[in-house]
Amino acid sequence: MGLNNEIIKQKLTEKFGDSVSNFEEQFGLLSFETPKEMNLKLLQFLYDDETLKFRFMTDLTAVHYPKELGRELAVVYHLHNFTDNVRLRYKVFTSIENTDVFTVSKLFSAANWMERETFDFFGINFVGHPNLKRVLNVDEMDYFPMRKEFPLEDQTRTDKDDEMFGRG
Amino acid sequence: MRPVRFNIHPKEAKLTDSIMVSEAPESYNGEGFMTTRFDRVIGLARKNSIWPLPFATSCCGIEFMATMGSHYDLARFGSERVGFSPRQCDLLMVMGTISKKMAPVLRQVYLQMAEPRWVIAVGACASSGGIFDTYSVLQGIDQVIPVDVYVPGCPPRPEAIIDGVMRIQDLVHNEGLRRRSSEKYQELMNSYGIE
Amino acid sequence: MSDVLHHHIKLPEGSIEKQTTTLNLGPTHPATHGVFQNIIELDGERIVSAEQTVGFIHRAFEKLAERRPLYQITTLTDRLNYCSSPINNMGWHLTCEKLLQVETPKRVDYLRVIIMELARITDHLICNSIVGVDAGAYTGFLYVMQWREHVYEIYEEVCGSRLTTNMGRIGGFERNFTNAAFQKLENFLKEFPAVWREFENLFKRNRIFMDRTKDTGAISAERALNYGFTGPNLRAAGVDYDVRIHTPYSSYQDFDFTVPVGTTGDNYDRWLVRGEEVWQSLSIIEQAYKKVQAFKGTEAEVYHADCPAYYLPEKKDVYTKMEALIYHFKIIMGETEIPKGEVYNAVEGANGELGFYLISDGGRSPYRLHFRRPCFIYYQAYSELTDNAMLSDAIITMSSLNLIAGELDA
Repeated sequence: MGLNNEIIKQKLTEKFGDSVSNFEEQFGLLSFETPKEMNLKLLQFLYDDETLKFRFMTDLTAVHYPKELGRELAVVYHLHNFTDNVRLRYKVFTSIENTDVFTVSKLFSAANWMERETFDFFGINFVGHPNLKRVLNVDEMDYFPMRKEFPLEDQTRTDKDDEMFGRG
Repeated sequence: MRPVRFNIHPKEAKLTDSIMVSEAPESYNGEGFMTTRFDRVIGLARKNSIWPLPFATSCCGIEFMATMGSHYDLARFGSERVGFSPRQCDLLMVMGTISKKMAPVLRQVYLQMAEPRWVIAVGACASSGGIFDTYSVLQGIDQVIPVDVYVPGCPPRPEAIIDGVMRIQDLVHNEGLRRRSSEKYQELMNSYGIE
Repeated sequence: MSDVLHHHIKLPEGSIEKQTTTLNLGPTHPATHGVFQNIIELDGERIVSAEQTVGFIHRAFEKLAERRPLYQITTLTDRLNYCSSPINNMGWHLTCEKLLQVETPKRVDYLRVIIMELARITDHLICNSIVGVDAGAYTGFLYVMQWREHVYEIYEEVCGSRLTTNMGRIGGFERNFTNAAFQKLENFLKEFPAVWREFENLFKRNRIFMDRTKDTGAISAERALNYGFTGPNLRAAGVDYDVRIHTPYSSYQDFDFTVPVGTTGDNYDRWLVRGEEVWQSLSIIEQAYKKVQAFKGTEAEVYHADCPAYYLPEKKDVYTKMEALIYHFKIIMGETEIPKGEVYNAVEGANGELGFYLISDGGRSPYRLHFRRPCFIYYQAYSELTDNAMLSDAIITMSSLNLIAGELDA
């Protein structure tokens, strides 16, 4: 019987209709998106449904697309179904002005620190998170370093000459 | 394919070849007495019994573990007792990347050490930030504490770490007794904001 | 009287009424473990709550990766789990090969398996001996560290460096394994089993060690799955998930090995699972070595895939042949055609599923690279593991989880 990408796509469109869109299959992994308000509902459905059974959160991260206005930040969830050995990628897009996304840390405890890391790097505000503070960077940092507009190097350093590195 | 020539037959160890005795300092000897300079004797005693504090943060820490192991034994140089309390140690070995979050901790540990204290920066990251020229990594620990010896490498081979410790031994041996209270040293400390 | 005190000493809020002691298990640990901080509230010897702080060695790998071309990111992956760098390197190369659709020949796969399993052995070797050190037994660690030197010698023959190996390239290895490397591997395979058996005999049925590690730091399979555990920590809790079996990569399906699984997920089970995995890795290496020896003639000279667009040609060809010169130029200058796409690839690292999520926009460096780091994900569970535990048990739990700071912070 087995679970494959067709069955997942079919079940999702049955339950959510037009809200799920943008089905892609890259290198065997099905990926889709929904509006950001539905992320918790969708993940709960993927968790509870007896055929889908996506009960393991492999990864949670974000990507910054500065050129897509209104959809600059994408939160990407990678899920895994152990019993049928199927992986899934789920994205929600949010704009850079209003970066509220519902937290999934009540459903998956693994998402707790992963959301903190995403907040630390991209500034996505996870609504309902028990402890949304910076986890990897210094607490006093006031910008979100992984966004494309910020440079990699510390601009206040005096001992490295950017000219020599080809970035002057 | 070339035939293997090296390192396939283990060599027998000859104990008589491998014992080294420290040289006595310049002295004037007589019957039953030896006169020498105070700082030479103190230097000799100090250099052969340095107690390091391994401040190991990342990959260089694993090479330090290999240096302390039996293959490249650092204990031969008198550093048998590594301590983790700054109050009891002479040499602060900073091994690994120090990020900006860790820099105040490092400074705190340095301030807790008692004089005379030496600092060795092991690895490229501790010396200058290494390959991590990023917003979160301190570009060299000499931004926050004064350093005596830098050991380059990523990670440096254990032989290089031992070489660094031997340079520290040279510094310890030749250090004057009044150095820590001299004006030049005070200026150095002030430039780091340390009293 | 107390007014006088209040003038000179400003006590924090609630510190007089507090019944618990706050202990800062600070970022400076007795070496080995790495830099992470735990602020623990103690009631006598029992832990009431623990709050973790990480990020003391955050080196911004993901942002660095957006600057570098694909083949230069291998040096970054070395420094993730630096106790077993080759696994990270191979994982990254496999991810790139998935994106670039490069198929590696069988001999390359088997050589990669040998290197990855050697790295896994060295990582478990450190972890188990450090658990011994934390329980008070230093000898095991010192004895077994010597054998890491032997593995370092094998790495040196293959790639030139000991710890942060930067081994291999997209499509294979930079040079064929020499006879010296195979000879050292044979010596290792001959001598290490006796050493590991001796090490296990010191601890496995040792009354003191069992008392220290049994029933401490236990976690149930459901909680472990919810927390995103993978690797030996999850297998000790009873779930047999191993990326090498679920999604075989690098021809792991050609090998015959079992995956050890524990029951309670406590420290003792984790120790046992890692110990048994070393035996399984030794058996995999022996099988792979036999398979590599079975290649004869020109097949034995194969050490990389035939993908001239991504694999640097040999230098003597660059100086004599035109196509090689062009490929060399294109690869170094970053003019190769890297397809656009998103790929997620995972390998079984020594700590669990090490995943690479690579988004490429066709340029020479990734648009976004995210490392799914197992240590970061399972360290969250530490406060649950040490709830109402004694302080000394908490220390052993921390070391038996095998937290590597480089992987924690990236």
